[in-house]
Amino acid sequence: MILDRKSEPQFKAISNIKLIKPEVDKLKNGISLYFIDASEADLVRVEFIFSNTQWSIDQPLVIGATNSMLNEGTPHYTASQLADKIDFYGAFFQHEAGFDHSSVTLYSLNKHLKSTLPIIKEIITEACFPEQELATYVQNSKQKLQVNQQKNDFLARKKFNQVLFGDHSYYGYNVQAEDYDKLSREQLLGVRRKQYTANNCTIIVSGKVKAEERQLITELFGNEDWLSEELLKVDQPLLKPSSTAKHLVERPDALQSAIRLGKPLFNKTHPDFQSMQVLNTVFGGYFGSRLMSNIREDKGYTYGIGSAIVSLKDAGYFFVATEVGADVCSNALTEIYKEIDILKNNPIPEEELSLVRNYMLGSFLGSLENAFSHADKFKGILFYGLDYDYYDNFFETVKTVTPQHLQELANKYLADDFLEVVVGKK
Amino acid sequence: MINFERFTLDNGLRVLVHEDPATPMAVLNVLYDVGARDEDEHKTGFAHLFEHLMFGGSINIPSYDEPLQRVGGENNAFTTNDITNYYIQVPAVNLETAFWLESDRMLSLAFSEKSLEVQRNVVCEEFKQRYLNQPYGDVWLNLRPLAFKTHPYKWATIGKELSHIENATLEDVKDFFAKHYNPQNAILVVAGKVKLEEVKQLAEKWFGPIPSGQKYDRNLPQEQLQTEARTQTIQAKVPLNAIYKAFHIGDRNQKEFYATDLISDLLSRGDSSRLYRSLVKEQQLFSEINAYVSGDMDPGLFIVEGKLVNGVEMEQAEAAIESELNRLKNEQLQADELTKVKNKIESTMVFSELNLLDRAMNLAYFELLGDANNYNFEREKYQAVTASQIQEQANKIFSSSNCSTLYYLSQN
Repeated sequence: MILDRKSEPQFKAISNIKLIKPEVDKLKNGISLYFIDASEADLVRVEFIFSNTQWSIDQPLVIGATNSMLNEGTPHYTASQLADKIDFYGAFFQHEAGFDHSSVTLYSLNKHLKSTLPIIKEIITEACFPEQELATYVQNSKQKLQVNQQKNDFLARKKFNQVLFGDHSYYGYNVQAEDYDKLSREQLLGVRRKQYTANNCTIIVSGKVKAEERQLITELFGNEDWLSEELLKVDQPLLKPSSTAKHLVERPDALQSAIRLGKPLFNKTHPDFQSMQVLNTVFGGYFGSRLMSNIREDKGYTYGIGSAIVSLKDAGYFFVATEVGADVCSNALTEIYKEIDILKNNPIPEEELSLVRNYMLGSFLGSLENAFSHADKFKGILFYGLDYDYYDNFFETVKTVTPQHLQELANKYLADDFLEVVVGKK
Repeated sequence: MINFERFTLDNGLRVLVHEDPATPMAVLNVLYDVGARDEDEHKTGFAHLFEHLMFGGSINIPSYDEPLQRVGGENNAFTTNDITNYYIQVPAVNLETAFWLESDRMLSLAFSEKSLEVQRNVVCEEFKQRYLNQPYGDVWLNLRPLAFKTHPYKWATIGKELSHIENATLEDVKDFFAKHYNPQNAILVVAGKVKLEEVKQLAEKWFGPIPSGQKYDRNLPQEQLQTEARTQTIQAKVPLNAIYKAFHIGDRNQKEFYATDLISDLLSRGDSSRLYRSLVKEQQLFSEINAYVSGDMDPGLFIVEGKLVNGVEMEQAEAAIESELNRLKNEQLQADELTKVKNKIESTMVFSELNLLDRAMNLAYFELLGDANNYNFEREKYQAVTASQIQEQANKIFSSSNCSTLYYLSQN
């Protein structure tokens, strides 16, 4: 029999996507310890997640700096002793300050957890931010910012957030080097005391999580010794999009221009969020998207272009980002807006939509690699007060949303008032 | 530990199968034994440009991406100076689609003028985005020709210059395909929720009929021993002064690789590492500093690079790096510090094995290095390194006559 290489093999629809839901221990200080025990390998990830304290324009960097400097010294250990302890056991300590939450994460082999976890407790509850370390942090952070400010994509991202949200929230504030000089040890201590407390903490453990690991965490973090007397109160962020639609940051030597354009939307608690994710995928959310097909694969203007919908606690937005040859920047912009118009004026052909449905389900399945990924999916709903219904709805929406409905959404949410930032030359 | 089975098709294609029933996914990874080192000096950047063209449709299938996306799959590829690696991640129930697509482009490409023209542009934009339009983006374009005088590692994967890519012709593309893209020069790894028998049958069906082609016989000019220090100073539009020191080391298969790699960890891995602690935290000469090995298949480089704190003199900064390297040469390492870097290697490997794609790519790469099963002995090889071997390697590597130093001076 001659092999038929022209026709694609039979394929099957993707079904039975199984998410592993966490179990929960309620610790006596009120902390919820969620755990997903789903690993053959002897490793574990322990995440401590804290809601951010109130952001203030007088101290725009203090939330991030506090998080970054937690491991720079405690009353008992210097930064260098803390680093020795973590590194000696082959563990990884990560810290991250996002717009809404800050976290501290420990990756450890199970056999070393009893040695590494007490250090994390010490870091979270007793970090003391020595002056000398703060000075080094300020100096090196400013230098990193100086380097980043030479990068068009960095400048475009910062400017776009500023244009989208205004300067009066953590979401939109555009950091400048001199902001680092406003940091003081007292303020970092203040944020640590307010924010890094048991009342404000969620623990998510994934990997190989047996009774022993849970007990260890409970003994160290389940007591009342790190409760705070007052509950953290945070105001809604003040969000004010720019009244000017188009912004150009000129860089005369640029070989490429960074483009970022988009508009405010909603977060994942909104009923149209998942349908908009489908629309976004068609438009710019995967390698075969319309933006990639047109602007990279047909015109060759760029190495890459994409769009995304971002969900934050108190906001959401849609954006397109790319870096294109400076000489074709205007053409690229024209093509982006043209593709948006096509979404509004024409229903998506069923064949294309069917491809995107399968792609999205396959991609979701592929994102469930291990216990950590299941924990990430849980994080994706926990802080929005959503349940696993969210994912059931997602699968249902991906499978059934109609071209007509997507066209309606395009007209409703992608109307003409886009905010646009270009860094480079136009 | 990665378990696998291995067989070879009659046309010479080596196939490795790693079964992991715990995942619903499958990975199909094809490694071609060709990289930028195999290029003509006047047509550099070609291996990488070619990688782009592999997505421009094959002889029987006009679009590569679409059918894969339709069955829920994703794919990508990368090129280095040594290899070109393509991978597909797909729900395991649709594995055959991956075989169909991957085998057709090994059989033959569509060789379309339009695809070549577009991808020339795309790669030129990639060149600009990653190398020319970034502060310090062109470091490797400058450092490679300083460190290598004869070996093709003297040019970067992206190519020496834009014009080499702009001038590529369809004839060049066809020649390159005929020379390198055939079963004898490839390694196929299939991993995930798959069965050995199923893979055997699919491999025979889709890859079996492809003509074996010519075995590419690699014969590259080898680098002569460097005998004196080399330096180059570049005035650049960068915000901070920076220094890059490149020392020649052995190839990835040498037993000394493990001691050498651990040296880079001692110097710069984690906040407790020597360079970070001494030069960033204590002396505050650098705002960032890093040491790493290139891990190339031919003799490669050990790199120390850092950005200087504003106002610090280059001489002082460089002397401080040298003093740390001298400590490694002159003082034997304490047991605790050696245990520390070994522990980090151990946990890194355990964490890396969580990822199916990583496992598949490692099997392919180690098979190319000689035997995929050697991957399973990596941990032991690191564990076996002694303090005196570290000292011995440090003495062998860190001499000024073995070093090329690049200074970036800020014009700002």
